[in-house]
Amino acid sequence: MASKTKNANAKSWYIDNFFDFQKKLNGQSGSFINESRIEAIDKLKNTDFPTLKDEEWKYTNITPILNHEFKSPLLTGNPEINAGLVKQSLYTGFDSHLLVFVNGIFSEEFSDLSGIPQGVTINSLNKLIETDPDLIKQYFEKVEYINTFNLVNTAFAYDGFVVIIPDNVILKKPVQILYLTGHKNETVLSAARNLIVAGENSQAKIITNYRPVYDNTYFSNFVTKVFAGDNSVIDIYKLQNESEKAYHIETTKIEQQQKSIVNHHSYSFGGKLVRNDINVKLNGEFIESHLYGLYLGNDNQHIDTHTFIDHAKPNCMSNELYKGILDDNSRGVFSGKILVEQEAQKTNAFQSNKSILLSDNAHADSKPQLEIYADDVKCSHGATVGNIDETAYFYIRSRGVPSNIAKSMLIRAFANDVLEPVNISALSETLSHQIFEHLHRAEI
Amino acid sequence: MIEIKNLHANVEGKEILQGINLKVNAGEIHAIMGPNGSGKSTLANVLAGHEGYEVTEGSVSFNGKDLLDMAPEDRAREGLFLAFQYPVEIPGISNATFLQTALNEIRKYNGQPELSPKEFLDLIKEKSEILNMDSSLLSRAVNQGFSGGEKKRNEILQMLTINPKLAILDETDSGLDIDALKIVSQGVNAFRSDDNAVIVVTHYQRLLDYIVPDFVHVLFHGKIIKSGNKDLALELEEKGYDWLTKGSLETQNV
Repeated sequence: MASKTKNANAKSWYIDNFFDFQKKLNGQSGSFINESRIEAIDKLKNTDFPTLKDEEWKYTNITPILNHEFKSPLLTGNPEINAGLVKQSLYTGFDSHLLVFVNGIFSEEFSDLSGIPQGVTINSLNKLIETDPDLIKQYFEKVEYINTFNLVNTAFAYDGFVVIIPDNVILKKPVQILYLTGHKNETVLSAARNLIVAGENSQAKIITNYRPVYDNTYFSNFVTKVFAGDNSVIDIYKLQNESEKAYHIETTKIEQQQKSIVNHHSYSFGGKLVRNDINVKLNGEFIESHLYGLYLGNDNQHIDTHTFIDHAKPNCMSNELYKGILDDNSRGVFSGKILVEQEAQKTNAFQSNKSILLSDNAHADSKPQLEIYADDVKCSHGATVGNIDETAYFYIRSRGVPSNIAKSMLIRAFANDVLEPVNISALSETLSHQIFEHLHRAEI
Repeated sequence: MIEIKNLHANVEGKEILQGINLKVNAGEIHAIMGPNGSGKSTLANVLAGHEGYEVTEGSVSFNGKDLLDMAPEDRAREGLFLAFQYPVEIPGISNATFLQTALNEIRKYNGQPELSPKEFLDLIKEKSEILNMDSSLLSRAVNQGFSGGEKKRNEILQMLTINPKLAILDETDSGLDIDALKIVSQGVNAFRSDDNAVIVVTHYQRLLDYIVPDFVHVLFHGKIIKSGNKDLALELEEKGYDWLTKGSLETQNV
């Protein structure tokens, strides 16, 4: 079978490549993280890549990813980056601590680590493994496994970002992490393992920003782990602006302790094939998890978001709002699973997924799943797919506003409840602007 | 101003307007009354260009131009305004931005310079005062979270700001208490002049105590079955529609 062959070919590509990769590691090959690399590649030998027959991948055909031979930047070498590219790739209008990575490898030259408050760690994983391996060890599982791509990530990840906020510290400035990816002549694999830890009563805002170096094919494959300590507040903004030929797969695992609040905002603009898995474990009482997502599709983009919310303890609240705006031949997929464990009484869990299709060939899939083992809970989910609201469209035009501006206004109106919770005002404005830019619509 | 001749229109294959004839001159106020389902709102929406209605026969001339040939935005730019029965909420777009965009688009079309933000704010402040509208409504999203009365007032604010040649008020009185009704009427009366015209579509006579019409037309089964002066509205208030509609049905049966 063709898909079987592709699967086997892709596996042997990564397995064969792993030996060359290992040779390039030099000093890092003895570190604890290398044990996890070896464990991951061993596991990959006995694990297939998912196919459309897998329930979790039924709407997303990953064959295009398997068709490419992606290489670690340790094997391809990294492109020269200039300050201009960094500058134009950043989100601006607010102060931030800045970490820059090129193909998943930390670039000290373009990062700005000045003014980091005492005790706060904002740094590269690779550096910390050298300087403070015990700090990292306590948070990293050897292999974070949800899907086969995580194994590729763990086997080939050389670096990643680490943000650790100690107890009782409120980090004022957001941390912006810029991932620049791409190579002029090679299809590069950018694999990074990221870590966010918020201590008790701490607060932080983290922005991850994914941008291309060249508008060509590459593969971003990330695993991000988040720990929210008691009473902490973490705002995460995932702003995905990959090249239109890029593949992007990220698994985000969030574990929350009691009374913590996590606001996860996900904006998907770029990428040819994009898959986000966001798994949240509410592992204490009185936790709030808010997940907001906006995904925009044009041309043949395929954007897939899978969420899994695990209510393990009583008296918690989760709220998911994912919206898709899909044009041309694009396809948006949302699958959201909510598990309410037996112990998790008084759970409030809400989920909403809405899409508008701007063209006859755009497509949206939505798959809510509730699994409830407690009896005193409030759970709701809803999914809608539709076109632009004709009555509203007529209303705006009846005031003399041209049809293209009227459509932009309705697109902005549709996105509003996702944009509203963005609490960095300059960022909110930029994102609003990006919506029109990405959809090639008139600015309002 | 506007001349409607033998206008027929369908919605989803059903004929709602069955031959409307109506002429409105500058300086006039016409009231269109009729029971529910008679086609009043359909007429208003067809004139404004709602694409859910299909015009099957007839013509509408608006200041000498073929109205039915124009897109909704061009009808607005030519000076037609419809105050909606159910104004639409537009989250994320402020009332001021919306109205400024609308006004400047209309001005551009008519070869007038766009208003600066300052000029626009002065204008909108002046118009809001006529309607006792709180200026905070301007920075809020269009109609979002507005009460029924605020939405209707907002429609009239848009009308006053845009200053059209012909304003069609589609059941603007519905859902208003008497105070709100007075304020809305105050707005309409401030608007009217010898150069413009108003068509008031209403179910009830009470609005016409405050906006006094020159002509009253009764619409029934998609046709105007009787026209008169303001006394006709009072007569309808007293007797209801039955005395007219029964006769009409009999006529139709013959």
